[in-house]
Amino acid sequence: MSESVVIQAALTQEYPHGFETKVASHTFAPGLSEEVVRAISAKKQEPEFLLNWRLKAYRHWLTLPEPNWSALDIAPIDYNQIIYYSAPESLENRPKSLDEVDPELLKTYEKLGIPLHERAKLAGVAVDAVFDSVSVATTFKDKLADAGVIFCPFSEAVQRYPELIEQYLGSVVPFSDNFFAALNSAVFSDGSFVYIPEGVRCPMELSTYFRINTPQIGQFERTLIIAEAGSYVSYLEGCTAPMRTDHQLHAAVVELVALEKAQIKYATVQNWYPGNKQGQGGIYNFVTKRGICKGHGSRISWTQIETGSAITWKYPSVILKGNDTHGEFYSVALTNNYQQADTGTKMIHIGKNTKSTVISKGISAGHGINTFRGMVRGAPSADGAVNFTQCDSLLLGPQCAAHTYPNIEIGNQSVHVAHEASTSRVSEAQLFYCQQRGMSEEEAVSLIVSGFCKTVFQKLPLEFAVEAQKLLEVSLEGAVG
Amino acid sequence: MLQIENLQVSADSKMILQGLSMQVNPGEVHAIMGPNGSGKTTFSQVLAGQYGYTIEQGSAQFLGQDLLTMPPEERARAGLFLAFQYPVVIPGLNNLYFLRQAINSIRASQQLPPMDAGECLQTAKQYLGELGLDESFLSRNLHEGFSGGEKKRNEMLQMMMLSPKLAILDETDSGLDVDALKTVAKVVNDMRTSDRAFIVITHYQRLLDYIKPDYVHILSGGQIVQSGGPELAQTVEKQGYVNIRSE
Repeated sequence: MSESVVIQAALTQEYPHGFETKVASHTFAPGLSEEVVRAISAKKQEPEFLLNWRLKAYRHWLTLPEPNWSALDIAPIDYNQIIYYSAPESLENRPKSLDEVDPELLKTYEKLGIPLHERAKLAGVAVDAVFDSVSVATTFKDKLADAGVIFCPFSEAVQRYPELIEQYLGSVVPFSDNFFAALNSAVFSDGSFVYIPEGVRCPMELSTYFRINTPQIGQFERTLIIAEAGSYVSYLEGCTAPMRTDHQLHAAVVELVALEKAQIKYATVQNWYPGNKQGQGGIYNFVTKRGICKGHGSRISWTQIETGSAITWKYPSVILKGNDTHGEFYSVALTNNYQQADTGTKMIHIGKNTKSTVISKGISAGHGINTFRGMVRGAPSADGAVNFTQCDSLLLGPQCAAHTYPNIEIGNQSVHVAHEASTSRVSEAQLFYCQQRGMSEEEAVSLIVSGFCKTVFQKLPLEFAVEAQKLLEVSLEGAVG
Repeated sequence: MLQIENLQVSADSKMILQGLSMQVNPGEVHAIMGPNGSGKTTFSQVLAGQYGYTIEQGSAQFLGQDLLTMPPEERARAGLFLAFQYPVVIPGLNNLYFLRQAINSIRASQQLPPMDAGECLQTAKQYLGELGLDESFLSRNLHEGFSGGEKKRNEMLQMMMLSPKLAILDETDSGLDVDALKTVAKVVNDMRTSDRAFIVITHYQRLLDYIKPDYVHILSGGQIVQSGGPELAQTVEKQGYVNIRSE
């Protein structure tokens, strides 16, 4: 299919992932209590340390007020109306192979373009597929095991590698970090676990695909990636959900640990259901993501393409603890219709000669509101630290808005910080030029936007750069005219 | 191919074109000359469908279709090409990618299969040589950091790739040195065929030394005040526009 045909198809369709899978599930009644926390832990047959950790988190969460410091317009969330656990029956007893998995589930992933069957696997990419509260399957496990790489559902890692979980869980994002991190720590149900041994370059891209299916459910997944000295891993997560008129909460926590000279590249293509054109429904995507460059010379990069969710509220951050470490953040956030995004990053420079790069591209269309919020902190110990921040906003139409809040806290004279920002509109002259060359207005807008986002798209693994481009086109539907 | 009858156009309630008529047949090259503010650029923009103009009266038929009611992309797909006087910058947009999008948008409208990236690159490379450009030109961002001459050459490259039925060159010669001017002229001359027409808008006679028009029209005050053969351009060159009067 030609790109223009693809684009046309993409532009004329509504949110394409909005279907629901009918599958027999074990679902908890809505509501949150210590009993629910215990019940989730029991479902997962967790060791005692983990149950205790969850309970501490839950008790701490009870003491916290809901944060309200952002400029987001959030309808009240009733935490007792949320379902905290739902798992398809066919997955309850850890299926040994895909033959034991309900075919409806497999079809779901086929429809989403993420085939899980061996014969149709996404070439070169190992996938862990999370459906509501549990993992459906993880592909290429054996091939990865040959390289010594562990890539498995979080709940499986708890069983098989409890010592790693105990050592690292909460080491980057403690349960006390914030309201949603505390909630997640109490009730998280699944997610992915990655461990790259010393000196190993992970032989393929790793990817987790998150799917919310059950109405009223909150998805609280947890991802932990540990890269030992001298190792390398590139990881990508994707997310979709059915179309519903109620809001649904997704509050994940992601922790990355990079030891000496290790490199972690973490990319997100976030396409949660954004709500309809009137702003009804859609996912509340309130996520805490943080990595620590613990060892000397290590490197962590966050790349995110945020096109979905009614509200996105997240700041993937890097603690640059080791000397000569490098943190990167590349972001494209698009808000259309009544979507709101408050996103950015924190770069915490502690080690000497640490470096951080922040490139943010915000696109606002319709009544969308897009906020970049960033922090660069240079600790007194951060001799010679350097930050570069570039933050560009593109506006489509007169009703949307873009805001930029860069915060800089420097406790060391030798830290160098540079910040560039721009705001532009798609001009009529640009549109007309493209149209005079035969393109429709929608094609023109998507071309102009893709040019605007290019520096970020280039940071995505190749397979997903195309995906990201298509996603933007779908998300821009109705943004012109 | 193109019949324009009594075209009257205003912008911001100011009349710019005041009853313009002309006929262009396949195979012809028409030159439109005129002083600053005579309506030359408005004329080209209105034909291409630029926003912000009001058609007060008159009509324009292009290959049997009512041109003035067609959206700009439909006009382009029908074979009308405008080489812009000031091509816009689109930051970050790869030049070759843009070119292929344009080709494939037009091809899709004609139910033709898309041109793949390799074929597009090969075709473009062939033309680059004629334009005195190297391949790196294609990987640059659309008009970002282009010199005036490079922008005009890029317009010519697009024209060659899109192979229109009617090409309107809006002061493509302005700001070009003589070598670039000869290059542009050679492109046009090579593309002159019995089924393709050109409207060459220019302020100076200079370009017409290299592109021999079939007709020359003098535009003044939003009207064609005089039409003739190539010799009319010589007259303008000698006498200036002030001595050319409407009857």
